[in-house]
Amino acid sequence: MPSEVALARWQFGITTVYHFFFVPVTIGLVYLIAIMETLYVVKKDDRYKQMAQFWGKIFLINFAVGVVTGILQEFQFGMNWANYSRFVGDVFGAPLAIESLLAFFLESTFLGVWMFGWDKLSKRMHVASIWLVAIGTTLSAFWILTANAFMQHPVGYTMRDGHAEMSSFGALITNPQLWYEFPHVFLGSLVTGAFVVMGVSAYQLLRKRHIEVFQPSFGIASVVAVAASFLVMVVGHEQAQYLLVSQPMKLAASEALWKTSGSPAPWTLFAIIHASAHKNTWMIQIPYLLSILSYNRLYGSVPGILELQQQMAAKYGPGNYIPDVVMVFWSFRIMVFAGALMFLASAWGVWRMVRNRLVPSRRYLKWMLWATPLPFIANTMGWIMTEMGRQPWVVYGLQLTRDGVSPTVSAGEVLTTLIAFTVLYGLLAAVDLFLIARVVRQGPVADDHDDEPESLSPVAL
Amino acid sequence: MTLESLWFAIIAVLFIGFFFLEGFDYGVGILVPFLGKTDEERRLLINTIGPFWDANEVWFITAGGAMFAAFPGWYATLFSGFYMALFLLLVALIGRGVAFEFRSKVENKAWRTFWDWVIFGGSLLPPLLWGIALANMMHGVPIDQNKNYVGSFWDLISLYSVMGGVSMTLLFVLHGALFISLRTSGVLQERARAAATAIGAWATALTFLFVVLSYLETDMFTRRGIDPGVVPVLAGLALFSVQFFIRAKRDGWAFFMTGLTIVLSTITVFMDLFPRVMVSSLNPAWSLTIYNTASNPYSLKVMTIVALTVVPFVLLYQGWSYWVFRKRLSSDHPLEY
Repeated sequence: MPSEVALARWQFGITTVYHFFFVPVTIGLVYLIAIMETLYVVKKDDRYKQMAQFWGKIFLINFAVGVVTGILQEFQFGMNWANYSRFVGDVFGAPLAIESLLAFFLESTFLGVWMFGWDKLSKRMHVASIWLVAIGTTLSAFWILTANAFMQHPVGYTMRDGHAEMSSFGALITNPQLWYEFPHVFLGSLVTGAFVVMGVSAYQLLRKRHIEVFQPSFGIASVVAVAASFLVMVVGHEQAQYLLVSQPMKLAASEALWKTSGSPAPWTLFAIIHASAHKNTWMIQIPYLLSILSYNRLYGSVPGILELQQQMAAKYGPGNYIPDVVMVFWSFRIMVFAGALMFLASAWGVWRMVRNRLVPSRRYLKWMLWATPLPFIANTMGWIMTEMGRQPWVVYGLQLTRDGVSPTVSAGEVLTTLIAFTVLYGLLAAVDLFLIARVVRQGPVADDHDDEPESLSPVAL
Repeated sequence: MTLESLWFAIIAVLFIGFFFLEGFDYGVGILVPFLGKTDEERRLLINTIGPFWDANEVWFITAGGAMFAAFPGWYATLFSGFYMALFLLLVALIGRGVAFEFRSKVENKAWRTFWDWVIFGGSLLPPLLWGIALANMMHGVPIDQNKNYVGSFWDLISLYSVMGGVSMTLLFVLHGALFISLRTSGVLQERARAAATAIGAWATALTFLFVVLSYLETDMFTRRGIDPGVVPVLAGLALFSVQFFIRAKRDGWAFFMTGLTIVLSTITVFMDLFPRVMVSSLNPAWSLTIYNTASNPYSLKVMTIVALTVVPFVLLYQGWSYWVFRKRLSSDHPLEY
């Protein structure tokens, strides 16, 4: 049987990646819905209400799965990673508790009010509720990433009696790692929500149904997508540069750079990696680019995996400090390619709309329908790179992952729950997709007026 | 008051809020398939807690987060020790959470009936497990000198702990029935009152039996952390008075009294436990206390400032949400699905 550590890692990986299919949709959609409902209140145009209600339905199905899989996230640290919890609870627990107090109460209370309050509240109070939900989801992301940033780049702690104690709360929330990670995740979530809206809208527009709802939805989402997907690349670039400071090993692994590069350093587009032999046999490289990416200039060498391994062994004692290079290298590339593709696709669409004031062409709509999985791929790959690139550490430089597991939980127990959660999550995904597909096919429910396709009005921006 | 004691009190408050609020949610969830004869009635019953249940559950999520932050040693031992129980709790909460949302999305009898039973099971299992867990925390569980739980899942199951689970469940069902009687009118209200009458006697009897067993099984009555004084007596009186108020059709008072029973009983348990958080059955010296599991004073101070700043606002807006939906539900108006 695989070890308890391996099983606990698989469980964390599966449940977290799964949870993070839903979270970015929640964050991205709630802002789009808030924008739509605000337009409804300001312009008093019922189409925007219909929009907010239609996307609200998809939002709620998605939110339900996000919430319930989030509970497991909070429990999992104690269940499978008890020694980790004891080791860092003093520092790591605080942002989690604050997340509940500040974010979960806010989003759950006002979402309840929003769902059931359409005819119980004034329009202003009602739209305020959805904005408060949006703020809640964002605060939630901020605080959980505060916790994650500590694992990536521990700050504001002192070691005492073999565990980390918080010594500066200010340092925790001003952790540079957090201020790269949080905007990156937040903007990535906006892109995700926007691509979901564009994909679903494209589907309906291709069928020429409910054009009065889906054309403006598509327009609003395109604008959000192009702005957010551009900014997410900018922040991502800065985040990668910060790796040189915080986790040079992760950067080297993401480049499959075994030996310290010369100066200027080339960037590897493609490589066949032989991790056990510590070398790559075939590569396509672009000269200068790694220096530019790392330092924003045309020169500078980047430290390689083998040299860093020696340094870390000297610092932390004998051991293997090299993460899974193949996974880190490829997850990073897939994320970057998917991200660039999303920017190009949404920029193309917006450029056409602005230039020609045209409705999106059928071909473009088909692209955008098929582009819907892209943000999910990018999100997943981003987290795989971040978390697997940190290995073998659970808290970088402080605790090894294998030392974090629960001492009294057996591999058999972890395997049992791993199988059960995987099966349960699989079923949930099937039902979730089935229901969202149904809502999408049904389309918006017209309030007062019939839903005959109206003339193609210009996209409301 | 030391910071450790303050955080012990804050976590107690979070559990009190959780049991009081989510208590009636669970009760309603358990009663849905029995009190609702038609789809519309069932929907109406679910809608009595529709806008609230998620925020109510956050009381528990926050309690978990607060344990992690303030007493990492307690969080780690409890969650890894009661592993399979926590696993079952998670399965229940996951199923229940999605069921509320998924149920209405397809108009098909078999589909809806299926999710109604998921709601039932997902509402039944948590109070049962919580009762069992609380009983074990009072009774003591095998905790070694390294603060690790060394028993198995089956060590948590005993006549005493199951009695704890059953009485807690019945109390919540009663609480839920009374909540329904406050939020509905007409035939559903009548059914809810009838259910409260039928369950009330059992809930009272079993809860008292559990108290008697606690006397025999735990040191709660002899080794007092903080002497709870009249608190448990008042809890008992409140529970007895429920019967009277149900018969007098004073639903509000009856609901208030089950709430009071839940609140005062939880206070009693925490006062008796203090300063212990998990009792070791192997050696009293190995018990987990607020002192040997707490975070450092700086961390607790930061958390105190955050909690005392935020909680008043939470109470205000959560209270406001109940006020928004204060009107009784009836099928005369279109239901939110």
